[in-house]
Amino acid sequence: MAYRWGMAIDLDKCTGCEACVTACHAENNIPSVAPEQAGRGRAMHWLRVERYYEGDFPNVRVKFRPVLCQQCDNAPCEAVCPTYASHQNEDGLNAQVYNRCIGTRYCANACPYNVRFFNFFNPEWPKPLHLQLNPDVSIREVGVMEKCTFCIQRIKAAKTAAKAENRAMVDGALQTACSQACPTTAIVFGDLNDPNSRVARLAHSPRGTKLLEDLGAEPKITYLQKQPWHESDAY
Amino acid sequence: MNRTLTRPIADDLIRPLFQTSVWFYAIVLAAGTVVACGLAAWLYQMWNGIGVAGIRWPVFWGFYLVNFVFWIGISHAGTLISAILRLVDAGWRRPVTRCAEVITVFALMIGAMFPIIHLGRPWLAFWLFPYPSEREIWPNFRSPLAWDFFAINTYLTGSVLFLFLPMIPDFALVRDRSTGWRRRVYGALALGWRGTTRQWNRLESAMQIMAIAILPVAVSVHTIVSFDFSMANVPMWHSTIFGPYFVAGAIFSGIAALIIAMAVLRKTLRLENYLLPLHFENLGKLLLLMSILWAYFVFAERLTVWYGNEPHEMAVFWATQRGEFAPLYWTMVVCNFVIPFVLLSNVYTRTITGCVVASFGVVIGMWLERFLIIVPSLAHKQLPYSWGTYGPRPVEITIMAATFAAMVLLYALFSKFVPIISIWELKAGQLSTSTHPSAHASQASHDSHSLRAAAPEVRP
Repeated sequence: MAYRWGMAIDLDKCTGCEACVTACHAENNIPSVAPEQAGRGRAMHWLRVERYYEGDFPNVRVKFRPVLCQQCDNAPCEAVCPTYASHQNEDGLNAQVYNRCIGTRYCANACPYNVRFFNFFNPEWPKPLHLQLNPDVSIREVGVMEKCTFCIQRIKAAKTAAKAENRAMVDGALQTACSQACPTTAIVFGDLNDPNSRVARLAHSPRGTKLLEDLGAEPKITYLQKQPWHESDAY
Repeated sequence: MNRTLTRPIADDLIRPLFQTSVWFYAIVLAAGTVVACGLAAWLYQMWNGIGVAGIRWPVFWGFYLVNFVFWIGISHAGTLISAILRLVDAGWRRPVTRCAEVITVFALMIGAMFPIIHLGRPWLAFWLFPYPSEREIWPNFRSPLAWDFFAINTYLTGSVLFLFLPMIPDFALVRDRSTGWRRRVYGALALGWRGTTRQWNRLESAMQIMAIAILPVAVSVHTIVSFDFSMANVPMWHSTIFGPYFVAGAIFSGIAALIIAMAVLRKTLRLENYLLPLHFENLGKLLLLMSILWAYFVFAERLTVWYGNEPHEMAVFWATQRGEFAPLYWTMVVCNFVIPFVLLSNVYTRTITGCVVASFGVVIGMWLERFLIIVPSLAHKQLPYSWGTYGPRPVEITIMAATFAAMVLLYALFSKFVPIISIWELKAGQLSTSTHPSAHASQASHDSHSLRAAAPEVRP
């Protein structure tokens, strides 16, 4: 049976603590660029927490929205890549083949979510961070594009383990680094093809919306938040 | 053919090939130095990583792509204009066509460098080529960049042929007048030209075929360049008007480049008797027409965006109209419309100087237009949180300067080794008007004008 990995992010639970951002950096060997380069727009956060402010002082509310690759079904980044580095894999993920990327950066321009990041230089880690690199994740060299993979290394390992033990995968046993690190369990990861999985049920929640849904990219991440017009039947 | 009638013209136009002024060495040295700096800058960028350029998240395309579109636009000077003028048999085209066709070939060569310079890993650029690889992967034909690759290669091949065909009789002329290594080189280039009737007939039909074939290629090339932008769902890129808008803009900047090149050649190679005020006047009128057409396209594009009032697009619209990019935007309008329109719409300022000033305005304005298409849109994509901006870094500016120097260098070398005005076409034009004045009633005034100016040359 084919998997279709998806995510649900509960914005009403998100506190904006950015534990997910840190976990993502650690899990996926994302280089930390120096402050000077970060100021020049070279920071790479596969997952970022966007802050939006509502209302006028003193009645200001801050809203947080973790934004990562939406793993679109109809992904704008894939068609434009001239070398198939960006493509849809068998689990419906937008996979990026680093070795095939020549760095046209067209995919990053076509992506309406701006969640693709470019290796402007060869990666470096300030000591002692170089000692904690994840051996399951390849290092990306200068000139290639990278982005959130839904922790594909964990997916592969879990699939292999399930196959070896000849069993189906258990919902919730497989977690991405961000969902694992979230202290308020705002991020839920799972298989959208399994109708009983938590993520599949949340995807149909009346509180759910997709980011920039009108663009037709068909993202696989559902954002949950209190909808004023559904106050009575909140999930 | 009456040799005594035509020899002085040939003498005049071949002179630059045999006499070298100190200015030639000065220009080659100066331009060559800048080109070398550009190459060094590119090596520096490849060694350290493309991060030495100013591109950044979220503006991943910057100066390199601006210059790519700009130079491909300039390349429409030649082939397209010269093909149209040949097909309608405009008599005044004869001294202009080769200057124009050369611009096309060199501008294409320069423009086609930029997508490679801008790659993160330029050493893998050959993956765009559909070669049988052991991994059985072809380029992705859904990607506009793959279309670009084929369109530009087709256009470059066609333009080189289109430039080369009418040069054959002139190579033969130089061959017959030279000795030693020149005779061997030009003899090889002349491809055994003897000037028989059969050869003339074949040349004429080959040129006719190329002139017709190159038109759709030229139009498609800049349409496909525009598709790099309009295919992506980016605010103010995703527009149906981009194809014709880019083609019109390309021809517009191409004519401007041609006028500048002609004015420079006229002074440096002392071609005052061949590149006449009439040519500048006619090209000036064409530039005026394209300026009005350009303004119409901009008006149509801006009005529909503003009236449609789609929030993502309006962010880009206001950024260019009255936001951070407004100074550049209004400079562009002045350079591309106000200056050419004022200077070229009345006969008193449509002089050579007026045309050249207007052309410089257009070249600057069209460069800004490409910048204003690429950067503000990427800086204001759908999610406001990810808005950003862009500024070039020294390496980008150096490489850009090097490409302008490369144009000067290539042009200087070309006019040193090839007669920059098609000698045989000029002779053919003078013969046809002097023997059949009534048959060319529409051009009679133009050509008699040119004959009168060239009169001292015609008589032995």
